[in-house]
Amino acid sequence: MTMDHRYHHLDTVRSALSLVIEPIRQIVNLPFSVVGDVSENLSSRSTLLSENEELRVKNLLLQAELQKYASLQSENMRLRELLDSSFKVGDKVLIAELIRVDLDPFTRRIIINKGSNDDLFAGQPLLDSNGIIGQVIQVSPFSSTAMLITDPSHAIPIQLNSTGQRAIATGTGRPGELELLHIPSNTKLDKGELLVSSGLGGRFPAGYPVARVIRTLKHPGKPYLEVIAEPTAYIQRSREVLVVWPSSGPQPEPTVGGK
Amino acid sequence: MPKHHQGGWVIITSFAMALLLTMLPLPEWAQVFRPEWVTLVLIYWCMALPTRVSIGWGWVAGLMLDVTLGNLLGLHALTMAVVAFLTIKLYQRIRVYPLAQQALAILILVAMSQLLVLWIRGIIGTTPGSWTYWLPSISSAIIWPWLFIVMRGARRHFRVA
Repeated sequence: MTMDHRYHHLDTVRSALSLVIEPIRQIVNLPFSVVGDVSENLSSRSTLLSENEELRVKNLLLQAELQKYASLQSENMRLRELLDSSFKVGDKVLIAELIRVDLDPFTRRIIINKGSNDDLFAGQPLLDSNGIIGQVIQVSPFSSTAMLITDPSHAIPIQLNSTGQRAIATGTGRPGELELLHIPSNTKLDKGELLVSSGLGGRFPAGYPVARVIRTLKHPGKPYLEVIAEPTAYIQRSREVLVVWPSSGPQPEPTVGGK
Repeated sequence: MPKHHQGGWVIITSFAMALLLTMLPLPEWAQVFRPEWVTLVLIYWCMALPTRVSIGWGWVAGLMLDVTLGNLLGLHALTMAVVAFLTIKLYQRIRVYPLAQQALAILILVAMSQLLVLWIRGIIGTTPGSWTYWLPSISSAIIWPWLFIVMRGARRHFRVA
């Protein structure tokens, strides 16, 4: 049975069984959703007004940013057309809420309240407003399990924002830490360096922030640097996540050695 | 209705409660102390009603736990079946122990089930890699006397037999 699962024959069984678990999950989640609703309903008028004002200002700023982004995008597309590698930007997204249940404490996984009824599929990337959170690994009709980028068995292809050097970031299992693999020890890498997703592997969209370097350690005898980075997304705190349907984005086609 | 089979819903509810406690969100520092609720409930029922709850129940409860935790399917099913088997073998002895000594036996049973889980996880390459992995055995043993009293109360109150 254990072996069988390795080849994903049991995924349907699992999703059927998780339907049985679903009511228990809902019960566990109930106090949190009730408290959330109640505090939303009871928040006073002045708080709402100030929040509204704040959001209005933020919206204005974002609109301005967006204008710049639009022009940049068109410029980017034009340049890409010159290079003959044009692609569509603009992904379909859906907001999902976290179901507050604890899973195995030695893995980093979450359960979200959208499932195959909302056309989610395994392998889909999850984001929040600050960066990549993880990916969906298993869907059942009303909920799905997602693996965070900090899970020890997760790896995400990234590149350094400054130099464009590619690397792989794996989870460590500790809450706010990623580790970069195989960074040559002569790489110039400062604290605070932004790591963005490279889009290689075709699973995560390219160009989204993933993490920031918080620590580099040079071991004199070893060829690689030990680099620890902190995810930019609020992995432990965000209650809502964005599920992304990647558009026909930059496909990882081998361009060298073609026709 | 035959007299020797009643209160099945109590058993099922107790397992559901155990799953609920397993999923209940705890602060980060407390998560590692979470007792193995499902294992404890299973051991209790195997001790109290060995003719009724045994390996089959253990297997199903373990399967549910696997789905709950998002683990490899069958991981806990196997270990729970083993725990049920051992409890069935040992129940005559453990039943007459004083509560403190029972807790010690529970410590060993839970630690053994954790060892099995650790082995299987070692094979598939998701080893926890921290000694805090073993804390649930200790917290399970500590919580056992209370759980035992509550469960016995429930069993007598609902006349589960």
